[in-house]
Amino acid sequence: MLAIYKRELRSYFVSPIGYIFVAIFLIASGLLFSYCTLQAGSGSSVSTYFSTLMYMFIIVLPLLTMKLFSDEKKMRTEQLLLTSPVSLMGMVVAKFLAAYTVFAATFLISCLDFLLLYQFGTPNSAILLGSSLAILLAGAACIAVGVFISALTENQLISALGTMAILVFFVLTSILNGYIDNAVIRSVINWVSIMERFVNFTSGIFDFNAIVYYLSLSFVFLFLTVRVYDKRRWN
Amino acid sequence: MIKIEHLVKRYGDKYAVNDISFTVEEGEIVGFLGPNGAGKTTTMSMLTGFLSSTSGRAEINGIDILEDPISAKKQIGYLPENPPVYMEMTVREYLNFIYDLKGCTLNRSMHLKEICDTVRISDVYDRVIRNLSKGYRQRVGIAQALVGNPMVIIFDEPTVGLDPKQIIEIRNLIKTLGKNHTVILSTHILPEVQAVCDRIIIINKGKIVANEKTEDISKVFEGSRRLNVKVCGPTSSVLSAIRSVQGVTYAEVLGSHDADSTSYLVESTPGVDIRKMLFNTLAAKSWPIIGIESMGASLEDIFISVVDEPEQTTRKKRRRGRGDAEKEA
Repeated sequence: MLAIYKRELRSYFVSPIGYIFVAIFLIASGLLFSYCTLQAGSGSSVSTYFSTLMYMFIIVLPLLTMKLFSDEKKMRTEQLLLTSPVSLMGMVVAKFLAAYTVFAATFLISCLDFLLLYQFGTPNSAILLGSSLAILLAGAACIAVGVFISALTENQLISALGTMAILVFFVLTSILNGYIDNAVIRSVINWVSIMERFVNFTSGIFDFNAIVYYLSLSFVFLFLTVRVYDKRRWN
Repeated sequence: MIKIEHLVKRYGDKYAVNDISFTVEEGEIVGFLGPNGAGKTTTMSMLTGFLSSTSGRAEINGIDILEDPISAKKQIGYLPENPPVYMEMTVREYLNFIYDLKGCTLNRSMHLKEICDTVRISDVYDRVIRNLSKGYRQRVGIAQALVGNPMVIIFDEPTVGLDPKQIIEIRNLIKTLGKNHTVILSTHILPEVQAVCDRIIIINKGKIVANEKTEDISKVFEGSRRLNVKVCGPTSSVLSAIRSVQGVTYAEVLGSHDADSTSYLVESTPGVDIRKMLFNTLAAKSWPIIGIESMGASLEDIFISVVDEPEQTTRKKRRRGRGDAEKEA
């Protein structure tokens, strides 16, 4: 399992994709941060920064996950992994963790921006810490979705677009709430929405339910990925 | 070492592998032979745990591949049809990755060096796999199967896409491996099994149609004796004279080589030596026999006859049919 993790992590940085991800993430988050908090009269706050960062996930996280399994399938190397003495869960988790490591490391680097806030004022540390934790967990859920989609296709583009589509559903559906009269549908949307649960953190509230939800979502999609491979063996 | 019992793989209502059973002893090299789509790769995939069987059992060294896949997979080195190499890695990185993936405990540098020397890839050890030729990639694939010194090595069409010199090298390599490992190799190239394997299993349409030692297989399937007889004399009368000899089941003209002699294919019932009778008959008519050659069934014939069996019930019929077709043409 460690072998797969190491190989996967390394493969991000022998191809351009790892650098592209890090560059896009840091540039976009940096611009966003300065626009939301540093510019005079922007009227925004760190809350807006974190929420918008979450929307950015829809575009950047599929970059990390699109090749995880689809490339193995295309290059016929998945036979190697599936006939080696590693459990399916081990294989899936190793790949998930490799993508997650790149994401988390990049996000933590972008957190250096917060030092500027302490330089110029006294920001609410609870909001910064809570939101960062929520970002890390919501990111895990989004990456798990990407891992699952990449196991379904051998085409990286389809993998990336499919992941985007599902992330749009999880992150953006809460926007529709204002247009829906039916209370039941609205509560369902609120329940599945990654975004809706994130809002509490941006107001400095530590929402334990949301944490459990993000972790469960990650677990469910990793489990589904294992099932995809299990089922393929039996078909 | 390897035991397969009533293995079945069904896709919908189509059987890819239909109830096959065989065993492979330690140190044996077994050739798995069959036309394309016969179920060779499916069987190997089930044996290596890549696919699950619909029913039946596959055991490696007493361990069921479905019950304890991880221990069973540790005993196997597998080279799939396409070498499963990561193009962006160097050979060194790749083999080290495999070493970690299989959780090897042997001395890393010595073990990998030994493998590279065996499959002769030491000279490309630090090159990126993407830049290697097909033959080298194939050898890297073989090296991968050898990492961890598994007891069973399974090769799926190991010589496809190689040049003749490389094919001979790989065959010799497989023979060498057979001394210390149990080897199963699948192929649709007949001379390959003949050159390398101790035993041949022929599979067709998901069923085993033959499972014999390489040296026995032609005896078992010979069925009738076949002779190539060269006679000087008028073709049609000689042919009818040959057909009249007791014990001859079938005769046909193969073609004239010289102005005055013609070659005939003569088949006789098993266990009867018709050569003396044939000589006497033709000598009586003063048509001299200037050559007799035994044609013992070649592996190709056996293969084709075994594989075609369901469509054409007897070999004789098949040959007659072919003769008619030629006449019409």
